Amino acid sequence: MKIIGIIVGLLLLIAAIVILPRVNNVPKLDEEVKTYAAQLDNQYKRRADLVSNLVATVKGYASHEKDVLTQVTEARAKVGQMTLTPEVLNNPEAFKAYENAQDSLSGALSRLMVVVENYPELKANENFLNLQAQLEGTENRIAVARKDYIEAVKQYNLELRTIPGKWVAAILYPDAEVKQNFSVSPADQAVPKVTF
Amino acid sequence: MPLIKSLLVLVLLIGGLYGEPKFPSLSNSRIVDEASLFDSSQKSILEQKLAAYEHNSSNQIVIVTLKSLDGYDISDYGYQLGRHWGIGQAKKNNGVLFIIAPNEHKVRIEVGYGLEGALNDATANTIIQKDILPFFKTGNYYEGASKGIDSIIKVTKGEYTSEPNKAKKEDSIFEFLMPLLFLFIMISNIFLKKGTTRKSKIIPALVSSGIAGVISWVMFMVIPISIIIAVIVFLIVLFGNISQSGYGSRSGGDLGGFGSMGGGFGGFSGGGGSFGGGGASGSW
Repeated sequence: MKIIGIIVGLLLLIAAIVILPRVNNVPKLDEEVKTYAAQLDNQYKRRADLVSNLVATVKGYASHEKDVLTQVTEARAKVGQMTLTPEVLNNPEAFKAYENAQDSLSGALSRLMVVVENYPELKANENFLNLQAQLEGTENRIAVARKDYIEAVKQYNLELRTIPGKWVAAILYPDAEVKQNFSVSPADQAVPKVTF
Repeated sequence: MPLIKSLLVLVLLIGGLYGEPKFPSLSNSRIVDEASLFDSSQKSILEQKLAAYEHNSSNQIVIVTLKSLDGYDISDYGYQLGRHWGIGQAKKNNGVLFIIAPNEHKVRIEVGYGLEGALNDATANTIIQKDILPFFKTGNYYEGASKGIDSIIKVTKGEYTSEPNKAKKEDSIFEFLMPLLFLFIMISNIFLKKGTTRKSKIIPALVSSGIAGVISWVMFMVIPISIIIAVIVFLIVLFGNISQSGYGSRSGGDLGGFGSMGGGFGGFSGGGGSFGGGGASGSW
């Protein structure tokens, strides 16, 4: 009898050891995802802010590159209406729309930067060089923020979909939903690399 | 043994999944010169300059030269290396990584979150173009690095100030751990009084080490620490003889040992700062 008691006690102890530290995982990871989403959204916003300056500067030197400039301006306008709110994170369509809008701005911007190569005067402009450096930095930050977000969502979704996190979530957080993640960005792969 | 082996394989697999590049080790220095661009006197001049700057501002600047980027983009490599080393103080994220890859002809100033305001991308780019690249083009790496560092220091100065008791924080986990251990031992002491033979101690030892393990796990969320605590408590309850006074003084000595390990004067280690891809790159 005593031995059975000890075994049951040990089993309970092991169960407690496994489950107790995980009790708060779902809300914790959820907050993490939200933080990273907000960071990513900030970086995208920052890029959008740069774009209007950039377009204005480029126009001064390359006004007849209308096609590309219009594409950039339109993509910029579309992006301006979107924010990566927590609701968007749980909504596949809204998330996809956000991703597409940002990707099309990435595409338009990289086309613009290719066109710009043909204007040596523009490339010598101090203001333009500054903007270019800022844009490069922002694109890089977006890439980092995007990776961080992908990793955070992966952790969160794994917690929701694997045992024992799945059990904990079923009991304590029945409303928790799997969150949307980015596909491997087509824009990242399609960036044209031009060297002279 | 097979268990240990499979654990090792698991660790390697997890490491592989994250796809991190291979990083050089920080080895106590602010100048990590993998590509051997500087001689020892140049290194010590740079090191002193950076150490003095950290002492005044708490900003951490590290210069790293790489033999190869292993096919990574320098900006992708840079922020991961910065995070890996934890350059910059934990709360301020005020680290700067100056990366030189001479074989790929690439240079990058990687800026921690906390300094992105002072050392923004455009400023970092200007420093690279005006202060660093002219020297690098002629192969004068020391002069370029030195000028670059001076400019970085100039723009980031005044952003943060160092706190006098900063060094103490590092060994706080041990300071926290030790009283806890004693608490567990005291708990086990209560069980101990009932039994005197070794056999009758097994159950109290299991129970108290289990409690110690669970409590420490909940507190730290670090598995190795709680396992170590559980094992220590188990062994002490089983073999130790706490009612005799000898033990207290002995473990007092151990405590001192831990303290000096965490201190580490003169050396250098990252303060736990993080990076978000800010900064600029250049090539020559």
